[in-house]
Amino acid sequence: MSVIFSTMSRLFFVLMLVASVYMLFRGHNEPGGGFIGGLFAALAFALLALADSVKAARRALMIHPSVLIGAGLFLAFLSGLPGLLSDGSFLTHWWAEIGSVHVGTATAFDIGVFMVVIGGVLSLVFRFYEGVEQ
Amino acid sequence: MSLIYAFAISAQMGAGVYLLLSRHVMRILFGVVLLSTAANLLIFVAGGLQFTAPPVIQQGAQMLGEGAANPLPQALILTAIVIGFALVAFAAALVLKAYYALGSVFTDEQNDAEALGSPFDKEAATNV
Amino acid sequence: MSDTLLLWPVILPLAGAALAAAFHARPGVQRAVALATMTATFGASVLLINAVMAGDILTKAFGGWMPPFGIVFAADRFSAAMVVISSLLALCALVFSMGDLRKRQVKSGFYPLFMGLMIGVNGAFLTGDIFNLYVWFEVMLIATLGLITLDRTRVQIDGAIKYAVLNLFSTILFLMAIGLLYGATGTLNMADLAIVLPQAESSAALTLSAMMFLMAFGIKAGFFPMFFWLPASYHTASIIVSAVFAGLLTKVGVYALFRVFTLLFEVDDGTLKPLIALFAAGTMVFGVFGAAVQWDVRRILSFHIISQIGYIMLGLAIATPLAMAGAVFYIIHHIVVKANLFFIAGAIHRATGSFDLRKSGGLMKSSPMLAVLFAIPALSLAGIPPLSGFWAKLMVVDASFQGEAAWLAAVALFVGLLTIFSMSKIWIEAFWKEPVRRLRVRPVPAAMIAPIAVLGIITLAIGFNPEPLVAFSNLAAESMGDRTQFIGAFFDQAHTAGVTP
Repeated sequence: MSVIFSTMSRLFFVLMLVASVYMLFRGHNEPGGGFIGGLFAALAFALLALADSVKAARRALMIHPSVLIGAGLFLAFLSGLPGLLSDGSFLTHWWAEIGSVHVGTATAFDIGVFMVVIGGVLSLVFRFYEGVEQ
Repeated sequence: MSLIYAFAISAQMGAGVYLLLSRHVMRILFGVVLLSTAANLLIFVAGGLQFTAPPVIQQGAQMLGEGAANPLPQALILTAIVIGFALVAFAAALVLKAYYALGSVFTDEQNDAEALGSPFDKEAATNV
Repeated sequence: MSDTLLLWPVILPLAGAALAAAFHARPGVQRAVALATMTATFGASVLLINAVMAGDILTKAFGGWMPPFGIVFAADRFSAAMVVISSLLALCALVFSMGDLRKRQVKSGFYPLFMGLMIGVNGAFLTGDIFNLYVWFEVMLIATLGLITLDRTRVQIDGAIKYAVLNLFSTILFLMAIGLLYGATGTLNMADLAIVLPQAESSAALTLSAMMFLMAFGIKAGFFPMFFWLPASYHTASIIVSAVFAGLLTKVGVYALFRVFTLLFEVDDGTLKPLIALFAAGTMVFGVFGAAVQWDVRRILSFHIISQIGYIMLGLAIATPLAMAGAVFYIIHHIVVKANLFFIAGAIHRATGSFDLRKSGGLMKSSPMLAVLFAIPALSLAGIPPLSGFWAKLMVVDASFQGEAAWLAAVALFVGLLTIFSMSKIWIEAFWKEPVRRLRVRPVPAAMIAPIAVLGIITLAIGFNPEPLVAFSNLAAESMGDRTQFIGAFFDQAHTAGVTP
């Protein structure tokens, strides 16, 4: 692996993670959201896996992709429950104003999607790369 | 306009079906990809092709204004693309696995499953 | 708040799948979560069928978006019954898995995928939106692809490729059919479509759409010209997975076909009826002939799924209320019996170490209990009175005589005869004959016997007291054929609630 690529990949890894979080929260009222943010973040880890090794990328991710899928899905599920209690309608969202920020259970849903996408994409990407590395 | 789209869809579908009939698993996968793009394009055309305003609700308004595009076909296509993406990724992983496990990418050399319990197999194939 | 009942059969497995995936490294926790979830799902489905028993159709709009704009869930008697029977089967499969599941299979994600499959299955039964149905089909497809390759053996990967390609093709057809339908009508809500479509002029797009629905669901259900993927893949999966697939997956295709061709399109008009009749006859005959030459228990049973699907399609081909009732009865009977036979195949494998009939034998002496438990579903499948299969066959055959399709009745009876041949082949080879080599017959754990016994008892119960289920099937078929009731359930709610999106 070329020196330029492996050095720059560290830089891009951080930049892409920041961009992914920005995308996640931007999706609240503008184009963006959990899915696109999740793809950004997954790409960051995929880049790391490509530049260094799948092992390094797994270490950077810290948790197993399956766990990430499960936790994200569960978060999305939980975000639907308040609406079920108040309106009898799953996934009807609650909203609140904290200072000037408009947040709601939809944000939790989006974060859940974010995690599911990272987990889903990475579990496939890691498997591909490991197949090639062998 | 519709005619151009019709030709584009039929070309994609023709190519997709052609690839689907191939013996090479990777080509089959590409055939599926082409077919699903053709399906997406079909939904797009079926939703009606018009030059209209983007489907954005103006500030202060409660509903879409007159002359705005119908957002539903786009939403359907987006859903279909996301699902298709997941399935094709999975299928690609499967093909890779098949190449490692079966040592071939040609479908006529992959018949382990159907050999189980076959009356023509005197040795009686075993697995598990 | 009875309409929230509709949500639980889908969101409970969703929560379960999420939790099980999150506890990736803890098989014990996963198992507990799965058992608790599926028990709760079964309980919720019983409450659901209790709520629709009186004849109401429950509807529930997601997020307060009223039909025809939002996604709506709906349950009538037929769909509620399907949810109950599939949740029961899932519970049985989980109990069975306690005796049969290997550590590696848990590590490959059996529990999350299994519950993911149940999300898709229950969602497909309960949705009232045609595009939403497509989404549930895809959820099912992803989960099944994971489940079928659980062990990652050569045969499984080989089977999975065939399964994946043909099912992907089927969902693409489904998507195209939806596109054409939307282009012609401008709506995707099933009740709204049921209003619009009867008034719509017949056009090429609508005909094409109907044919594509027929093809897409036909591939899923395992129809005669498109069934080849099924015997090429079902038998490769681990036996729990095979049993659930055999019981549920083809039936989801059949269910979708019934919905689309009662609510949206008419079977009666034009060329569709003889076409479906031909498909049904072909499905019965080729399925049973395919089974006749096989030696692997699972492969014999896979071919029999196909021939039995033919009987169910017979109901749609004749399309009288009596025939539809027969089909509903047949579906419920078949889910129980076929899954049970696969469980028994698993038990045979556990006892003798092989799925190949040529290598097994002597089970009659070594485990007479298993022999009895096999005899119940096997004879039921063949249609021997007084078991459930006899009543199911009686209803469809009777309906085909009354529907002036005696040739279909003749085919059905002939195929029943050949089914007995296959079942007695398993009986003779696995149970009756002396073992071919010195077999050390291993004991079958109670966790594997219990679900077999439960499903066997259900078969017997239906067999000796068919009257309640016959009455239920008649009612279910009646409400399935009644479009106005379905439409009323959707739009009455929108008017009274008066919510503007």
